[in-house]
Amino acid sequence: MTATVPDVEATAAAGVTPRLGRSPRRAGRASVRRSPVKNRMGYVFVSGYTVLMLVFGVFPALYALVLSVTTIDGSFAGFDNFAKVLGDYRFLPAVGHVAVYLVIWLVSLLVLVVLLALVVHAIRIRWLSNASRFIFYIPGALAGASSVMLWLFVLDPSVSPVGWLLEAFGFESFVQTINPANLPVVFTVIAFWTGAGGWIVIMYGALNNIPEEVMEAAKIDGANAVQTAVRIQLPMMKKWIAYMGIMSLAAGTQLFVEPQLLSQASNAVVANDYSLNQLAYLYAFQQNDFNGSAAISILLLVIALALSAFFVARGGLFEKD
Amino acid sequence: MVQAPERTHSPRRRFRSLALLSGAAAIALLAAGCAGGSSSASNGEFGFPETEQQADSTITVWVDNTRVAAADAFKAANPDVPIDVVTYDGSANGSNSFQTKIQLFDKAKKGWPDVVWSTQTNDAAWASQTTPGSQPFAAQLDGGLVDSELIDGFTPGSLDPCTVDGKVYCLRNDLAQNVLWYDKTLFDQFGYTLPTTWEEYQELGEKVASEHPGYIIGAAGDAWTPEIYMWASKCQAGDVTAVREITVDTTSEECQRMADLLDTTIANGSVTTESVFSPSFVQKYAGKVLAMPGPVWYSGAIFNSPDSLNVPAGQIGAATPLTWDGEDVVTGNVGGGTWYISSHSANLASAKKFVEFAATSDEYQVELNPGLPAFAAAGEKWVAKQADSGYFAGDLSALTDSASLVWSGWGSPTFSQEAVWAKTVTPVITSGGTVSDTLEEWGQAIKDQAQVNGYKVG
Repeated sequence: MTATVPDVEATAAAGVTPRLGRSPRRAGRASVRRSPVKNRMGYVFVSGYTVLMLVFGVFPALYALVLSVTTIDGSFAGFDNFAKVLGDYRFLPAVGHVAVYLVIWLVSLLVLVVLLALVVHAIRIRWLSNASRFIFYIPGALAGASSVMLWLFVLDPSVSPVGWLLEAFGFESFVQTINPANLPVVFTVIAFWTGAGGWIVIMYGALNNIPEEVMEAAKIDGANAVQTAVRIQLPMMKKWIAYMGIMSLAAGTQLFVEPQLLSQASNAVVANDYSLNQLAYLYAFQQNDFNGSAAISILLLVIALALSAFFVARGGLFEKD
Repeated sequence: MVQAPERTHSPRRRFRSLALLSGAAAIALLAAGCAGGSSSASNGEFGFPETEQQADSTITVWVDNTRVAAADAFKAANPDVPIDVVTYDGSANGSNSFQTKIQLFDKAKKGWPDVVWSTQTNDAAWASQTTPGSQPFAAQLDGGLVDSELIDGFTPGSLDPCTVDGKVYCLRNDLAQNVLWYDKTLFDQFGYTLPTTWEEYQELGEKVASEHPGYIIGAAGDAWTPEIYMWASKCQAGDVTAVREITVDTTSEECQRMADLLDTTIANGSVTTESVFSPSFVQKYAGKVLAMPGPVWYSGAIFNSPDSLNVPAGQIGAATPLTWDGEDVVTGNVGGGTWYISSHSANLASAKKFVEFAATSDEYQVELNPGLPAFAAAGEKWVAKQADSGYFAGDLSALTDSASLVWSGWGSPTFSQEAVWAKTVTPVITSGGTVSDTLEEWGQAIKDQAQVNGYKVG
């Protein structure tokens, strides 16, 4: 230990408080790491993400932008492609479908996930809390398409494990269950089942981040569980809720796998032009109109960006504490 | 505790240069994409521009799972022809993957398979057409590539879906015209006589509903319901009059009479709105299917299938399609696969050899094809083989007799008629509505769909 003493001053001068028992050389190197080398390491760490974002995010978006304002032979088309897709008889119904789905899904997701996270957090029995988080999370471990495959069976009253429940709602066959009027709710249930568990775990983490002193202070002031939740926990989770809103919104506007698979499984009773993304897909691959497809994608991008900006502003996501 | 590191550059400037760089990279990539190579093609002897031929080069063959047997049989018969077999979904159930993939290859200007199997009958409608920057994918077959005697050997009318503007672009694998399937044992047991007209069929439905409720004489819950009922009634749901022209009239007398028939029989329960491939259909109707108008492939897919009705041997028979009183017998068609040769193939000789083998040879068509061969000579042998199997009650002459009765007024446009029906009519009739009430809406949906796919609607 004596050997470390002479170095303490040097490391202190470098702006680092040495820890006892640490070798002076390591402490010295740590101080170097916080200078430009570490600074550069930061860029190395984000570079992987940046490259992927450029290749699979920014570049395709720019390519879509170019396609959306050009004709099939590459000449400038102005807003013709946009006018074409906006005038398509399938466009407005698809917007309606996605909008209704988004409203039902986002509201139920925000309310139920926060509520379930609060409940799970309030459970004081350790194993029960752990088990419920684990159970909530399991469906999320299934990949998107495979979980939809599973739901094809759940939604068919004749083979469904909850067939009695479907029959109680008056659905006697698969086609009745997936009647177009029921679809927003059906997709919400599927999306909630696959996605909510992960969010409950994240919200649980957010609740754990609320300092114990604050919670204790509330308790001493006589706040009951509901008051604590509304006055303390919810405001302190605001950013997390906004984050969930943005991520879910981005995923929700891109509704594709669920209707596409249901469409194939139901032999097209669920239309293959149900959502906007499906319509873009049809434009590209059935009508061979990549420009029209790109126009739909750009419209989706603009709407998603606008809605995300709303969530960012309202959720104070980019504000510093 | 962590000190902010000293920065030599402002982060904003760095970000800006990064953005500039990425923008430049994107533009460079774009330019590279636009400058994609152009194919060197010369006008070929068969009616389409050929690429440079390379004898003995490996051909790529796309088949679905069921048709792997055709590729295996070809390999066994032609061990010296190198082929690379790729399995895909066969473009089934409206996945449209055949067209999807080809359009991507058209964009990339390379990668096309040499031979493609499709479960759809309407692919020639797009595969025969030029796409921007690329020649039609499908090679014209009757311009000398395939012998004309071979093409003439197909059952009359069976190549209609492959024919665009008078040119043949694919070979039909199997026929799928509708016949009247019936359970002879049940008919004998109930003392009923087999209907020959749609009027008698409707009367039978009323009798069954009152005397033997729970038994059915048809199913209308599938996407191909219009191809079984409406097509056979000569309903003008989509007459493709030119490459991109279509006539639609779903409110005609022909459509209305069949809609009434369906509404009556669905209401009294003698025709079900369950899909024949749903588990509940098997649960409810195993042993209770008295009759069912449907395609020839229903025999293997529904009646003689352990996964479906699994009717014992000696009960099921096939009768000539129904007709309206006083009219000629015509029938509809549900699917029937097709074989395509790529016009981009660098080994047309091998590709032709494969397609001719798959579509006409006894080794595949008679021995292995689960459906009724479209190639007439193979079809007769196939029917004889089925009759010998002892499964069917009575002879199967109805299968061959009806092969050329498919009404030609129902075309094969680029879009799926089945999908339009499934979207507009199926949800209505499964929730208590009537076909009659949706006829107009159905017609409008077909017209809309035709228009967005570039058809001039008449």
